[in-house]
Amino acid sequence: MKSSNQVEIAAGIFLLLGIAALIFLAVQATDTSGIKSRETYAVNAYFTNIGGLKIRAPVAMAGVTIGRVDSIELDQETLEARVVMQIDTEYDDLPSDTSASVLTSGILGDQYVGLEPGGAPDALNDGDRILLTNSAVVLEQLIGRYLFNTEEEDE
Amino acid sequence: MSGEASQPWVIGAVRRLGNAGMFLLQALSGMKCSFFHAGETMRQIYYIGVRSLIIIMMSGFFVGLVMTLQTYDTLNRFGAGDSVSTVLGLSLFKELGPVLTSILFAGRAGTAVAAEIGLMRATEQIDALDLMGIDPLERIVQPRLLAGMIAVPVLTLIFNFMALLGGVVFGIGIMAIDPITFWGNMQNSIGLWEDFGTGMLKAVAFGVIASWLAVYFGWTAKPTSEGVASATTSTVIATAISVLLLDFVLSALML
Repeated sequence: MKSSNQVEIAAGIFLLLGIAALIFLAVQATDTSGIKSRETYAVNAYFTNIGGLKIRAPVAMAGVTIGRVDSIELDQETLEARVVMQIDTEYDDLPSDTSASVLTSGILGDQYVGLEPGGAPDALNDGDRILLTNSAVVLEQLIGRYLFNTEEEDE
Repeated sequence: MSGEASQPWVIGAVRRLGNAGMFLLQALSGMKCSFFHAGETMRQIYYIGVRSLIIIMMSGFFVGLVMTLQTYDTLNRFGAGDSVSTVLGLSLFKELGPVLTSILFAGRAGTAVAAEIGLMRATEQIDALDLMGIDPLERIVQPRLLAGMIAVPVLTLIFNFMALLGGVVFGIGIMAIDPITFWGNMQNSIGLWEDFGTGMLKAVAFGVIASWLAVYFGWTAKPTSEGVASATTSTVIATAISVLLLDFVLSALML
């Protein structure tokens, strides 16, 4: 039997190894951007259809992720989807007439909110609403419309 | 346990479950924070945790290696070989890591604990402690229970790390996936809390189950060599089944 001192040192090393593995896995293998808790400001937008947009989906301008979707709910009055986005305060100079669209990365990829800058001199502030929006393209509707149009042409 | 023969099978099973639950509550409620307990728990962490390291590390490495090999081969047919790290990370952190670790733990350490306590019972060491006025629950069961509850999450972390290493060796080393793509895909698709955190929560739950069943079966073992043998067997079977069952329930709850 080993001396109790050695045993306890081995157990201590074991626990430290566990903590080291925890830190490595958490930092290297997972999405830690949620933890850093960057300063953000909220902007909302109303869409007639958000398609498959989910909470925590990226918000990108010119392809660069500048924020995340914070909440999605149905507005009871307008019956539109109200999407609240948290945008990093680093990007606090977006023009107030910026437009938002629900886009898909790749053909079958995840959906995200793409922002298209406008030309207004004043900036979007916390709690502002993006007025110009483009809803998600729903594939079934697109195909349906296409089929419908070609049928009309045939007649 | 002589009255059990006349009882229907179901009532016997429910009674045994109740007995095991009360045993756990009894052991946990008497938990004391003293210097002796900390030292004894550390010693048990050595016997239960450190001595399981080899099997956990080896299994983890080869599980990661073979999973990457198999998924890479399949994904590559669809031109999606790069997302192998996503598949590896998600299945490891959420399912394979906690489940395999606790089943291996039951086989390596759970049986040892059950046999040790069962033999203490058979050789009347537990009765001797009782006679000396030392609470055997506190002296024998608690440190092992606590050590198991600490060791399983730690072993899960090490298992995950080794499996990831296996994935890196095969994916980046042999299949030459770009390291930045490999880690980037993984980081983008695995949430720290939703995926990694819930997996660790499972590991904690399985740790409680695995160490509880081990001490319970050892404690209630019949004081014969046959009784000790059947206690170790029951430990592995009961742990494997309850871990897999609980895994399904927890996955369904967390989804």
